[in-house]
Amino acid sequence: MSNSDWPLWEVFIRSKQGLNHKHVGSLRAPDATLALENARDVYTRRSEGISIWVVESAHIHATDIDQADAFFEPSDTKIYRHPTFYEVPDGVKHM
Amino acid sequence: MTQAEHERHFNDKIAKEIKIEPNDWMPDEYRQTLIRQISQHAHSEVVGMLPEGNWITRAPNLRRKAVLLAKVQDEAGHGLYLYSATETLGADREQTIDDLHTGKAKYSSIFNYPALTWADIGAIGWLVDGAAIMNQVALCRTSYGPYARAMVKICKEESFHQRQGYESLMKLCNGTPQQKAMAQDALNRFWWPALMMFGPNDAESTHSEQSIAWKIKRFTNDELRQSFVDATVPQAEILGLTIPDENLKWNEERGHYDFSEINWDEFWQVVKGNGPCNKERLAARIKAKEEGLWVREAANAFAKKRAMKKSA
Ligand SMILES: [Fe+2]
Ligand SMILES: [Fe+2]
Repeated sequence: MSNSDWPLWEVFIRSKQGLNHKHVGSLRAPDATLALENARDVYTRRSEGISIWVVESAHIHATDIDQADAFFEPSDTKIYRHPTFYEVPDGVKHM
Repeated sequence: MTQAEHERHFNDKIAKEIKIEPNDWMPDEYRQTLIRQISQHAHSEVVGMLPEGNWITRAPNLRRKAVLLAKVQDEAGHGLYLYSATETLGADREQTIDDLHTGKAKYSSIFNYPALTWADIGAIGWLVDGAAIMNQVALCRTSYGPYARAMVKICKEESFHQRQGYESLMKLCNGTPQQKAMAQDALNRFWWPALMMFGPNDAESTHSEQSIAWKIKRFTNDELRQSFVDATVPQAEILGLTIPDENLKWNEERGHYDFSEINWDEFWQVVKGNGPCNKERLAARIKAKEEGLWVREAANAFAKKRAMKKSA
């Protein structure tokens, strides 16, 4: 028996109050409790976090990298969603 | 996309300094090169704990003991970040570890030298971690995303490793003549193996050229070795120690230090498994895996019990 039977967990850390949890890496552990403890020991040895999420990698669904161009095309073609698209006279303030 | 289109797209990203991520298409050889390099790197972090771990119980005081313990614990973490990076490439973690244990995979040959005295622990921090940092800072810009991110985190943690070693040697150098002699002796034994850490000369390095083209490596072995020598010589002067190389001399024209040729026979002997501690190191890793089995089994049993309680 080896620890390759253990599921892979993705680790997300909130570095301080007011910020998002951010993906920092992964590890293997037999369950969520041990995954959290291991994540504390390897990813927050220098006070890098105040909160940890662990998610089994198998539960993450991702967009298909090969379809990325088509998938994100609707937003790439709508430059009018950005403020720089609009012309405003030089003298206008607070806009 | 056709194979040729994939390849063009990949090369384009490399040229534009866009990182390659786990699910992106990549040439098979790029993947294999990364798996080999990153797993070797991971093994080095893990085997690297052995010479220093051996001194934790014998550290001269509580401060040094706490520091050494923290450093060795960091190295375990570095091993984990790197094994995780190999997994993103589809490598099986247990298989990579077994490849180390059967001798199929290599690790940095520096760890096949013994740490004989307390001064060696200072020299390892200063020179071995120093050389590793030189290499790892360059790898923060490597083209594979997960490897680059692991390196950024590792580099942040490494800087204290080198400083604590240097500080410890400083103490010895300002101590009794015997203590200073011990520091000099450690430098004498670790200087050349530290220079060997950068690998063979560029002309002899089999994977170098392709790795540079793929931006896996950003500098050649000889470039990194030269930067290390240039950075370290003035540090030795401040310690009042002499680097064991009579040809070491500042070259005004090149703007670098000249130094002697490395004893490559020794290097290849150690790589081939005939260094002073190769057998001991592998035996210790195998023993750790075997004797740790009950811990992994207990963790499984405990997880099962906890799950049962939850569902009850
Ligand atoms: Fe390290
Ligand atoms: Fe280190």
